[in-house]
Amino acid sequence: MTAFLAKRLAVGLITLLAASVIVFSVLEILPGDPARIMLGMNASPDALEALRIEMGLDRPILARYLDWLAGMATGDFGRSYTYSSPVLDLVWERLAVSLPLAVFALSLSTLIAIPVGVFSASRRGSAADTITMGAAQVGVAIPNFWFALLLVYVFSVGLRLLPAGGFPGWGESWAQHWQAFKALILPAVALALPQAAILARVTRSAMVEVLGEDYIRTARAKGLPRTQVLWRHALRNAMIPVLTIMGLQLAFLLAGTIIIENVFYLPGLGRLIFQAISQRDLIVVEGVVMLLVASVILINFAVDICYAIVDPRLRAGR
Amino acid sequence: MSLIEIRDLRLSIGDVPILRGVDLDIAPGKVMGLVGESGSGKSMTALALMRLLPRGARVSGRITFDGMDILTAPEAAMCRLRGRHIGMVFQEPMTALNPLKTIGEQVAEGIRWHTGANRADAEARARAMLERVGLPENRFPLTRYPHELSGGQRQRVVIAIACALKPKLLIADEPTTALDVVLQAQILQLLRDLVDENRMSLLLISHDLAVVAEMADRITVMRHGEVMETGGAVRVLAEQAHPYTRQLARASTHVPARPKQAVRTAEKPLLEVENVSRDYALRRQSIFSRRRTFRAVDGVSFSLATGESVALVGRSGCGKSTLARVILALDSPTSGAIRFMGEDIGARAKDALRPVRRNMQVVFQDPYGSFDPRHKAERLVAEPLYLLDEKLDRRRRREMVAEALTQVGLSPADMDKYPHEFSGGQRQRLSIARAIITRPRLIIADEPVSALDVSIRAQILDLFADLNARLGIAYLFITHDLTVARAICDRALVMHEGRIVEAGPTEMVLQTPRSEPARALVETAPDLERILEKRIVAS
Repeated sequence: MTAFLAKRLAVGLITLLAASVIVFSVLEILPGDPARIMLGMNASPDALEALRIEMGLDRPILARYLDWLAGMATGDFGRSYTYSSPVLDLVWERLAVSLPLAVFALSLSTLIAIPVGVFSASRRGSAADTITMGAAQVGVAIPNFWFALLLVYVFSVGLRLLPAGGFPGWGESWAQHWQAFKALILPAVALALPQAAILARVTRSAMVEVLGEDYIRTARAKGLPRTQVLWRHALRNAMIPVLTIMGLQLAFLLAGTIIIENVFYLPGLGRLIFQAISQRDLIVVEGVVMLLVASVILINFAVDICYAIVDPRLRAGR
Repeated sequence: MSLIEIRDLRLSIGDVPILRGVDLDIAPGKVMGLVGESGSGKSMTALALMRLLPRGARVSGRITFDGMDILTAPEAAMCRLRGRHIGMVFQEPMTALNPLKTIGEQVAEGIRWHTGANRADAEARARAMLERVGLPENRFPLTRYPHELSGGQRQRVVIAIACALKPKLLIADEPTTALDVVLQAQILQLLRDLVDENRMSLLLISHDLAVVAEMADRITVMRHGEVMETGGAVRVLAEQAHPYTRQLARASTHVPARPKQAVRTAEKPLLEVENVSRDYALRRQSIFSRRRTFRAVDGVSFSLATGESVALVGRSGCGKSTLARVILALDSPTSGAIRFMGEDIGARAKDALRPVRRNMQVVFQDPYGSFDPRHKAERLVAEPLYLLDEKLDRRRRREMVAEALTQVGLSPADMDKYPHEFSGGQRQRLSIARAIITRPRLIIADEPVSALDVSIRAQILDLFADLNARLGIAYLFITHDLTVARAICDRALVMHEGRIVEAGPTEMVLQTPRSEPARALVETAPDLERILEKRIVAS
């Protein structure tokens, strides 16, 4: 088990290093002068020169790469020139919205999808199965911004229960926490719907396969009722593909939520990247991309640990 | 009063009738042997008893268990019955246990569910039950997972689950078909002891009369969903009054008529295996410890003459399949040399093996698993043709496939069928056709009849014997069953823990085994005639 995790961790670090080379060289490979790209064609020579020095463009490439790595290792991701503040601070600020939102959406989608998938699989071929899976198909197909607008129309404009957008910040008091949380409910639901639809389909097909296995028959022959067999024997065996998809979804939810953030005016990571790209703030782009790579690696590592918890054969082997 | 009474049981799945009016009675404490080929409906009868039928099965008739009508009972009542009063053991021990739960959990689960015992009590009972089936605590703690056990050990766990609550009826559906003969004898003995101890009734299902002959009080023979014959075991087996019973009995002891093959021992041997060993690296205990190795094949030497057929016999895990892989050059020997047609093949590069592979083909055990389900028979059988030097056009290729199919008793028209359209026996014929299409000198057959029913096994053995006589193909026949070896092999090599412990003419090894492993194999091989003699004397 320890060897398995150590190996995964080592692979993760190597991946991170490889990603840093790629991210760094993209900046180098871009034709022309990065400083000019960032400032645009009409920049004054003085501003250009200042930025060049700030970015260290006058120094050899290897030295700059190593400095950049060393900086990141000590938590210094450079300064954004549009916001004039450290990249890490910007990211922290945004993460306070994006991380809770991602976890919230993923929890919602898991809580919906797994029971639905199990239910459908246990009634495979029935009308209930056909209807739920049809609904899941629609869930995958609906664009989430459209669904988000629908939610705003019903819950904010119509029922006036939840805010239509914006994020007040987490604040100090419980009342403020609650306001912040309320602001995340609709975005989380909008994000969770397509994710839940996909996850339900994956759960269903994994369950259908497991339910055909011999050991399910053994469990039934013991006298266990159908529901017990479903939850105690089948679900855990079906978890590996479900966990894989959940890992991918969490990674996506961290930064891929730009559309929903825009619909609800949320200051999340997605908007930070989007703005940095449109303002050619390459230092921010570099830093955020590296952080995202790191979080994807971390999520995969967590998923690997979950695999090992679920399946004893993986604990022993590899 | 019967414990089980089945009357006019009919079952169909979709439009296909599976059972056509089955009657069956089992008295308390008695053993009923249920015999028939695959597809005869034996397993469906058992599943109907448990009401664990596949989706879409339609049943009619009546099944009474201890006065309870099983087909109309509510599901909750069936759950109380299953595992408590009827236990079931299945054919495939490798997949019958949940891979994610410890054996302790899996045995204790049924105990807790039925008796409401707390965890500690249930585990104590599970412990006692595992002891009873031969899995002692020091080697098999409750915390073991199924993947840490061998097939025979897993089957013991399944038996422990089934018998934990001392059910009135135990159903064993081909409980030993996937095991080697020595394990088979052990498991059957265990079942017999448990049945005696707890005065259970046993429904023992098998395709092989010899397996049930020793244990059964009564025997029921089924075919195509109908009962052919039922009666006292000794009477059914001794009289063999029903033609189908006779056919099954013959198949079980079948020896193909083989003309005495002129084995050309004077010439250079076709295959020479010289002091071959194969080591596998074991997993390291820690990163710093030295890698230990496991010697699967240990200094094996033998030779095989042109046209000769030799049996390589041994229990599962003795290294015989590894040896086969090494000879086939699918795996390279750690040391030693293999010469085929006078040339060393152990040291050859992959490309240089083509002429070797043309003359040395293989037939595997599982006719279901060894074909791509999306290819037609023509393509499957023609696959080895790329080994020939000349490029064949489509017409010539079809001719060769047609010829190979005819040789193995299939029709050239079968060329355009997919694997699922063939029966198990036909599929094994197909894999033999694939093996002979390049006109090889040697076929290595790895348990080619173990997955087949006795009646089909007899036909395939005939085919092997016939091809040997007509085409002069030599065989290395790998099996765990000496009676199968006797059927078509001149010589037998007995393998045990990687070494060849005994070699000689097959009859001699069978009559007077000298080594302990060979003796065990001979004694445990199911032999209908011997068992019957014993039982007639006893009655």
